[in-house]
Amino acid sequence: MPRPERPAPTGPERPAGPGSGAPIRPTPDPGEPLLQIVDLTLRFGGVTALDRVSFDIRRGEILGLIGPNGAGKTTCFNAITGVCPPTAGTIRFRGTSLGRRKKHQITRLGIARTFQNIRLFPEMTALENVMVGADAHHRTSVPGAIFRLSPRHFAEERVCRAIAMEMLDRVGITERAHQIARNLPYGDQRRLEIARALATRPALLCLDEPAAGSNPAEKASLLELIRSLRDSGYTILLIDHDMKLVMGVTDRIVVLEFGRKIAEGLPAEIRENPAVVAAYLGVPDGSA
Amino acid sequence: MTGFVDRLRLADEQRAAFAAWPRRWWAGLPRPVRLGALVAFAAFLVALPILQPPVLTTTGTDFTGVLFTVGVYCLCALGLNIVVGLAGLLDLGYIGFFAVGAYSVAVFGSPQSKLATEYPWLVCIPIAIAISMVSGAILGGPTLRLRGDYLAIVTLGFGEIVRLTAVNSEVLGAAAGIPEVPRPPGERADGTRLFTIVDVTPFYWLVLALIFLVVLAGANLERSRVGRAWVAIREDEDVAQLMGVPTFRFKLWAFAMGAAVGGLSGALFASRQTFINPESFPVQTSLMFLAAVVIGGAGNKFGVVLGAVIVAYLPERLRSIDDGLLVVWYVSLVLGLATYLLLRRRGPRDGPRTYLRLGVVAGILAALPPLLLAMPEVFGSRGEIGQLRYLMFGLALIVMSVFRPQGLIPSRRRAIELEDRAKEVEPGATS
Amino acid sequence: MNIDFLIDNFADLSVTGLAQGAIYALVALGYTLVYGVLRLINFAHSEVFVTGTFATILTLRGIGIGPDDPVPSLLMVLLTLVLASIVAALSSGAVALLVERVAYRPLRRRNAPPLVFLISAVGASLVLMEIYALFLGRDNVRVGNLIKPRTQFTVFGADVTNRQILIVVSAVLMMVVLDSFISRTRLGRGVRAVSQNPDAAALMGVNKDRVIALTFLLGGLMAGVAAVLYDLNFGVTKFSAGFLIGLKAFTAAVLGGIGNLRGALLGGLLLGLAENWGQALLGSAWRDVIAFVFLIVVLMFRPTGILGESLGRARV
Repeated sequence: MPRPERPAPTGPERPAGPGSGAPIRPTPDPGEPLLQIVDLTLRFGGVTALDRVSFDIRRGEILGLIGPNGAGKTTCFNAITGVCPPTAGTIRFRGTSLGRRKKHQITRLGIARTFQNIRLFPEMTALENVMVGADAHHRTSVPGAIFRLSPRHFAEERVCRAIAMEMLDRVGITERAHQIARNLPYGDQRRLEIARALATRPALLCLDEPAAGSNPAEKASLLELIRSLRDSGYTILLIDHDMKLVMGVTDRIVVLEFGRKIAEGLPAEIRENPAVVAAYLGVPDGSA
Repeated sequence: MTGFVDRLRLADEQRAAFAAWPRRWWAGLPRPVRLGALVAFAAFLVALPILQPPVLTTTGTDFTGVLFTVGVYCLCALGLNIVVGLAGLLDLGYIGFFAVGAYSVAVFGSPQSKLATEYPWLVCIPIAIAISMVSGAILGGPTLRLRGDYLAIVTLGFGEIVRLTAVNSEVLGAAAGIPEVPRPPGERADGTRLFTIVDVTPFYWLVLALIFLVVLAGANLERSRVGRAWVAIREDEDVAQLMGVPTFRFKLWAFAMGAAVGGLSGALFASRQTFINPESFPVQTSLMFLAAVVIGGAGNKFGVVLGAVIVAYLPERLRSIDDGLLVVWYVSLVLGLATYLLLRRRGPRDGPRTYLRLGVVAGILAALPPLLLAMPEVFGSRGEIGQLRYLMFGLALIVMSVFRPQGLIPSRRRAIELEDRAKEVEPGATS
Repeated sequence: MNIDFLIDNFADLSVTGLAQGAIYALVALGYTLVYGVLRLINFAHSEVFVTGTFATILTLRGIGIGPDDPVPSLLMVLLTLVLASIVAALSSGAVALLVERVAYRPLRRRNAPPLVFLISAVGASLVLMEIYALFLGRDNVRVGNLIKPRTQFTVFGADVTNRQILIVVSAVLMMVVLDSFISRTRLGRGVRAVSQNPDAAALMGVNKDRVIALTFLLGGLMAGVAAVLYDLNFGVTKFSAGFLIGLKAFTAAVLGGIGNLRGALLGGLLLGLAENWGQALLGSAWRDVIAFVFLIVVLMFRPTGILGESLGRARV
């Protein structure tokens, strides 16, 4: 069920957390921005992939990020997850700026992602794939693991396995746990990616075209999964080409075109927005 | 069309079943039987220098000495396996760490060294391990951010740097080397030293024990967060980092661990030799270590050990080969190849060309024995045949790579992959 | 430290360094070409080079020039050099093709992991080395006198000999020929296409196997010419001479930016210079150490080499 919507904030800047001095609030109220993107700009050589893009992701919502090919959606993901450091602008997560943090540090802060073209660890089993994600918050290092002396090692291994199994169950592929990721059917690989991301215990889950290449039945069950994730407290940022899917599941939508934000609002508003219609002209629904 | 797909599927299933059966057979045995077999095998290994089994024993060189060398290679292969097999970092300068370990023991322990600290062996070994680890970290620090292939060349350079530094610095004994490297303590019942130059057997046992320990430690690492992180880095470094793995730190750890094991083996080597000089550490040896890892099956401890045995033992055995044995080797080679060809997966490419190619291979095989038998005539004396051993070894490397790229004992993951395939094929084949 | 010596002989050292660097650069081309197309260090390339050094010597002997014979007439020398270059280039090229066919192509067919290619290459390298050792012995083989070093002119106090001129000029000439071959001809275009996107190139009808064989051949030809120059410069070769020069040449390729032809030239020359300056400073014993430390330092600051890879990989 979509929750009641508030109007989108008009100004990009909110007084919530100016810089690193602000205390991190572990659980902001629902509706409060979890991630704030302010004037995000990314340039590769002469190409401007993102041009002063600003939007917020509020806690507990599913935000759709849509736009034609090359609009800068995945680049936006890359900026949030630290793959491509922004040329200018700031990204604030729970009020603290991500700055130039390393990718793994950002993950530990609570942002996890999946990939447009599936990128699992192909030679590891499904369970191991998820365990790598679950290890994100663990601290056992080489000395502890060699001698198996520290109680922490055993505790962490137990927790890790439990979390991993739970996440596999969550996405519904428990029976695949001991199979090699490379050999899983396509739809299960997509699910496994979500499970691996969930295992890092994120507050914000970024899904990059999770339904790409799926058939209608798979899409429907994926929608169900995404909704249930939102309902259990995850905040979700979703990229997809498929307008039907995006319209059906998101609470709010941000539209990018040529690296600029051209619209933001409720799905119904976006559908009516002339700029969006123009951007998508010639790109019929579901053609991706 | 469907007939073709079915045939392909069937062939795949057969291959998967064939590849998986030794593992399944072993896992299917009752636990006491497995345990008993392992103990018996361990006892056999321990008793090797005393048994001196007829076919295995090298005739030209001291068999126990060869066993010790093989043991040292096993240690190195296990250490390198952490770096290459698990973490996927291509290290071509492993001999560098080996040399660092050897020189540490020599410099700190030998009365002849310029430092003349003359620490006892038991103190020297931890020092050697520590220094190797630190050198691994020093090399890894600036270079592990580089992409794989650059890492390969930089590490290769490192191996050479270590050797050349030894040649050029007086503290390390320069080209002359350092004699009187300390030996492990311990006495026999009659009061004479246990570890001597003459009798290598205690050294061999020491190495066996250390191999056991390293295998154990490696297994622990593999089954932990660290092992998962390493494999994740090997599979896809960017994604590993995005999933919260501090990749640089774990790569550095992999390097340091590999270096520590390499240093330990070097230290043992130096103690056994009692004399080391830069000649003992040619960079090419790194490639032999790497060959051991890849031939055996990168990522699999036991495979790697088997690879080390092949790489270290075969050339020594070939050094003193006689006609009778040559025939044995040759027949087993042909039989192995024939078995492979009979059981191999039949692909869609099979056609007249394939058979032509097989014919060529068979022709070469048939032509080899007379050539080999003619060798003594060419070289005048029988002893020269030993010089062919690196040639044969090189050929073996190529043949191995071509026919079994995954290694003799592939890693567990690959085995699972094959079993998975078999499972998936079953319902399809019955329907 | 011997700074005075370095300053006094700076120009001389530079000229020697350039001559050696030119040889490194020619060998480096083989690594860089193969790497550009296959993303693979062709470990056997050093033996491809050694093939050329022996082919040169065999040509000289065939003509009747022994190691101790006096320098023949100028015309004779020129003819010999041309003939030797052709023979060396062809034999190196042939061996490179053979290596590709025997040690690499079967692996490509099987999609083997990259490490296995390396092992196969090591195997090929060993086999070639041992064959040379078998037939030509394990000792140094002397080349013979073809050019008596004579100072042609002086630059900044450095004596430039005819031999050095010959080496640098022929190396640069080969480089220019190769560069224009790659950038102008149809075959060269195929090489570039495959190195940038092998799958797309294959879809566009480029025969990948042929392109790969071509890069090996080109690398081999260059190595053959480099081998002739090497023989001229050092006057001696050995079955195992390839290892060090192969290592240095690869270093040169990485230094300039692997996959980048001009980078190989720049890297080779720089490496030659750095080596000679460094050895003046620290003593000749440290010569090879300097080369590798130089590489590590450069890579720390320019992780993709000085000129950068011409074919960077996309990330995520």
